[in-house]
Amino acid sequence: MNKLYNNKWYVIIFLLPALILFCGVLIAPIGASAYFSFFDWNGFTDKIFIGFSNYKELFTSDSIGFMKALGNSLLLAALSVFLQLPLALGLALVLGKKIKGERIFLSVYFMPVLISTVVIGQLWLKIYNPDYGVLNVALRAVGLDNLTRIWLGDKATALGAVFVPILWQYVGYHMLLLYAGVKSVPTELREAAMLDGATDGQVNRYIVLPYIKPIIKISVIFAVTGSLKSFDLIYVLTNGGPLHTTEVPSTLMISMLFLRNRYGMGSTIAVLLILLCFGFALLINLVFKEED
Amino acid sequence: MRTTTKTREVFLYIGLFLWLIVNLFPVYWMFTFSLKSNPEIFGDNVIGLPKEWLWSNYTTALHTGNMGLYFLNSAIVAVTTILITLAVALLATFALTRLIWRQRKTLNKFFMLGLTIPIHASIVPVYVTLSKLNMLNTYWALIIPYSAFSLSMAILVCTGFMNEIPRELDESACIDGCGVFGIFFHIIVPLMKPAVATVGIYTFLQCWNELMFANVFISKSALRTLPVGVQALSGQYTTEWGPIGAALVLATFPTLLVYIFLSKKIQESFIAGAVKG
Repeated sequence: MNKLYNNKWYVIIFLLPALILFCGVLIAPIGASAYFSFFDWNGFTDKIFIGFSNYKELFTSDSIGFMKALGNSLLLAALSVFLQLPLALGLALVLGKKIKGERIFLSVYFMPVLISTVVIGQLWLKIYNPDYGVLNVALRAVGLDNLTRIWLGDKATALGAVFVPILWQYVGYHMLLLYAGVKSVPTELREAAMLDGATDGQVNRYIVLPYIKPIIKISVIFAVTGSLKSFDLIYVLTNGGPLHTTEVPSTLMISMLFLRNRYGMGSTIAVLLILLCFGFALLINLVFKEED
Repeated sequence: MRTTTKTREVFLYIGLFLWLIVNLFPVYWMFTFSLKSNPEIFGDNVIGLPKEWLWSNYTTALHTGNMGLYFLNSAIVAVTTILITLAVALLATFALTRLIWRQRKTLNKFFMLGLTIPIHASIVPVYVTLSKLNMLNTYWALIIPYSAFSLSMAILVCTGFMNEIPRELDESACIDGCGVFGIFFHIIVPLMKPAVATVGIYTFLQCWNELMFANVFISKSALRTLPVGVQALSGQYTTEWGPIGAALVLATFPTLLVYIFLSKKIQESFIAGAVKG
């Protein structure tokens, strides 16, 4: 059989479709994006080479507001790591210790992850509707009329109002990953600690958390890179408005490309996003390694 | 001591139930307002069950709102993507786990890069290429990128399952006179059903819900997928919420229906995609 499996022609035949698809759509375009980022190009006429001008403009121009957009997505990343993940971890720890209704809680908490972000966005648009939305209706019903807002239209509240559904939707995702980790902790470890008189809190602190650290790391990476890439819900809820208060790099990229036909600049944003995602993933890996 | 643990437990369950409601409410609200008239939604009966079940919202969404068509488009794109992803991934995984050659490990790592590459990376070049090939506004404009972006996860999952198939099976098939293709098609592929299900579910959800590519690569309304269609519909019916609610339900119920029956399998597919990566 080894003779059969050693035949290099088979390697080529079996791998070729995957290589073509993967390199054609994922790998080559990274190079192409990097290349386009050095040009002034509207997609139709000739490209004009301008070196790092796109990058310079992106970081310095106030009218594009890239730094503001990046700041927004970093804020989202921070909220995700420091609010969303602890909540998800808490739920995972609670559900992981065989409580009544574990399956039902788990399944319902995970449900929002499966629903299309457009549907979630449309629902929250309705929840936030200033006249008939559930939020303002509820506030009026309990006499808090002065707290009602035009949530997505007010510069003061828009960013917060956009972040809430984003954070809410993916709590279940992180919870599921962490829950799988909690479940993988060997029962003997837990039981031994319990026998030694450890409380629930101590078991979590000294047994479970160190055990699931690799999964916590993955969750942190996903939370940060996911925030940097976030697009769908913001696109549906505000598309970066009002007055660019909720702009993130992805919405900026799309409007550069398809509203202003600035393909070079759009590519520049794409390249920066890839670099940031990889950079943060590496950084988080390092931080977790340091701790060991 | 007893009472404090009891009270703690009570608070724990109150918390769990509150979070349950926070997760169920939007979906419940969606289902109910999809069956209501404007006066009910806007005042008489904001969060109760519909007093009069207005199924006509669904007919409006399906016919006037073209949701039936968008649903079909999404289904065509999702099913084709799943088939291509699976075929390509199974072939590649066979080469990566069974065939003997140098750089096998390196290439596996290379494919795993795809797990971290954001779709933003390829949007401009793929858009430009598709437009040069006159392929914008075709199903392929979505199917090919979706398959490519599902590939890494598919190879990851398939590798795990294929490594568990004992090599003795290959050998006995080889002795029985099977060639490489024979072994692949008659021995390996039939045993990969669990992997096929996991990859299928995960890929389905990715394509069914994807917005950015679907929004950019398709501008013809006849080819829109559900997420873009729902967006368009909500632009049309800004003042009538019932039909929008119906459209949202139509876009969501296949996923939820499958989830009700296969919740464990679906959760496993998400765990497989993340934790092993």
